[in-house]
Amino acid sequence: MSTFNRFKLTALLAIVFCCGCSVISPWVKPYERQNLADPIMSFDRDAIASRYMNHVYEAREAARGAEGSVGGGCGCN
Amino acid sequence: MDVTRVVGVTRVIRTLLLGMTVGCTHVMAAVLPADRADILYHAFEGGGAEITGPSVLVRKEVADTVSIYGNYYVDMVSSASIDVQATASPYSEERTETSVGIDYLNDKSIFSLSYTNSSEDDYEAQTVSFGISQDFFGDLSTIGLGFSQGNDVVGNNTDDSFSQDTEHRRYNLSLTQILTKSLIASAVFESVIDQGYLNNPYRSVRYHDPSVGRGYSYEAELYPSTRNSDAFSLRALYYLPYRAALKLEYRHFSDSWGIVADSYEARYTHPFTNGWLMEFKYRLYEQSSADFYSDLFDFSEATNFRARDKELSSFGSQTLGLGISYEFKSGFIPLVDKSTLNLYWDHIQFNYDDFRDATSDQLAGEEPLYSFDANVIRLYLSVWY
Amino acid sequence: MRIRPLLLATLCATAAFFCQAESLSGAAHDFTLKTNQGNNLRLVEQRGNVVLLNFWASWCGPCRQEMPKLDELYQRYQSAGFIVLGVNVETDRTAADNLLKKIPVSFPILYDTDSRVSQSYQIDAMPTSVLIDRNGQMRQLHRGYKPGYEELYRQQIKELLKE
Repeated sequence: MSTFNRFKLTALLAIVFCCGCSVISPWVKPYERQNLADPIMSFDRDAIASRYMNHVYEAREAARGAEGSVGGGCGCN
Repeated sequence: MDVTRVVGVTRVIRTLLLGMTVGCTHVMAAVLPADRADILYHAFEGGGAEITGPSVLVRKEVADTVSIYGNYYVDMVSSASIDVQATASPYSEERTETSVGIDYLNDKSIFSLSYTNSSEDDYEAQTVSFGISQDFFGDLSTIGLGFSQGNDVVGNNTDDSFSQDTEHRRYNLSLTQILTKSLIASAVFESVIDQGYLNNPYRSVRYHDPSVGRGYSYEAELYPSTRNSDAFSLRALYYLPYRAALKLEYRHFSDSWGIVADSYEARYTHPFTNGWLMEFKYRLYEQSSADFYSDLFDFSEATNFRARDKELSSFGSQTLGLGISYEFKSGFIPLVDKSTLNLYWDHIQFNYDDFRDATSDQLAGEEPLYSFDANVIRLYLSVWY
Repeated sequence: MRIRPLLLATLCATAAFFCQAESLSGAAHDFTLKTNQGNNLRLVEQRGNVVLLNFWASWCGPCRQEMPKLDELYQRYQSAGFIVLGVNVETDRTAADNLLKKIPVSFPILYDTDSRVSQSYQIDAMPTSVLIDRNGQMRQLHRGYKPGYEELYRQQIKELLKE
């Protein structure tokens, strides 16, 4: 699948998720997020360390982008 | 990537931005990042280069809905890398980078804005970034959109009158989804568009030159004035029942210079009950060379564009990483809720498939392929308050 | 391309309303749970008192922030017939007990280890507080916690105590 088509798929999934939020019920309840709230369940626990490592790679490789993400965690509040 | 595709990308992103601001607001929204301060000592040693320095990051929540942060980072470079050894003399340099950012939490979304300035003798860069992230669907899904604009001024230490501009734009879209009580996955797409002076004023390419003893001569490199790239990554994080985490990550990259790259990473995090934590990482990276890259051109000005930057060559790298972390008992540092001391060591092996060691005595074009190992150290103290 | 953002906006706006404080009606579902004092506690036995049912977990930051505030409210209005019941939603009570050693509270803590009570109250945010009047009817729902919410709780508790 070409990169642009992958992008369109991601965007489509995003739209589906946005609109699907009232049709399907969330299958992980807020009170079941114990494991997800654990600090080890972060894509990047310490931003200062991941920023530096991403910089090390980006400075020596041609590839750049798509290193980070948002979300997860306890979902509180 | 051509103009129509860039337009396509931005159009989809703009649609999503509109959709998100009107808002799907079924439940409570996101949480701002925690208040913390980190002080890091970083060191890179390999391939003849030594780069060390501090990085300090401070983040604080103000007024319940706003979190601000500042980062001060320095690279102190002393370099006799392979390019420097072949064409120039060892040098030392310092680069300072400062960033400030603000995150604003509205019950529906988090809006982020940041400014970064990077400054060294011969390069000045300023970047502004903007992002939105929104939780949907019982907080199981998060969509993020980001845009950043960078403007650089490229200088040349050997020529005071030299000054060129470069512009960078990044667009990214991310989708994070909680799949089960123990599994979370994320897809990110990022597009980068560079325009302006994209090469290095100090770097040269070499070409066959029988009139010279060593068989080759140098001339200036010449790059296109635009570069468009797309990167797509998938990552998953799984919680192991005995309390550990496994992260798997894949990224695919391709750009308008003909470079295609793939990276794969696996990271295992294992906490112990006494406050210690260990982390193991393996990363594999492979890239194919740029269309206009060559280690040794056939003759002078052989092609429209020419590069001999090993970063644009075909190469592979493998990283093995080991990390140890210790969380102090609460109360160890006064006024602070939690503190950790962390040490990470990464060992990277670079192996180039079409970049040769020009310092060797061999005949031009028959020198051994270049390779080197690097060690990266991150030692940092983090406190939460 | 123009239709899509409009469709998106309409669908999302009608998806479900969002409110941090919501009026409720209907009888509060009865349940019996084990408490941190060792005995069992049944909700229906609290008739005659105003009850604040608080669903919390040790891993939830805002929950931890809220607990001392709820304790203050409990101690203040207990004599007027008010009780806070802290329902811990975790499957294993060890983490909750460890937290209670650091943040002790005087109101009863109940352990909903099989999540049945959380399910029957359709908990969709952490923390959640449900205010129940003296007749066992659900009156107010609060989703999440931000500093300052305890003032709203106080007003609503005082009104319910007057009934």
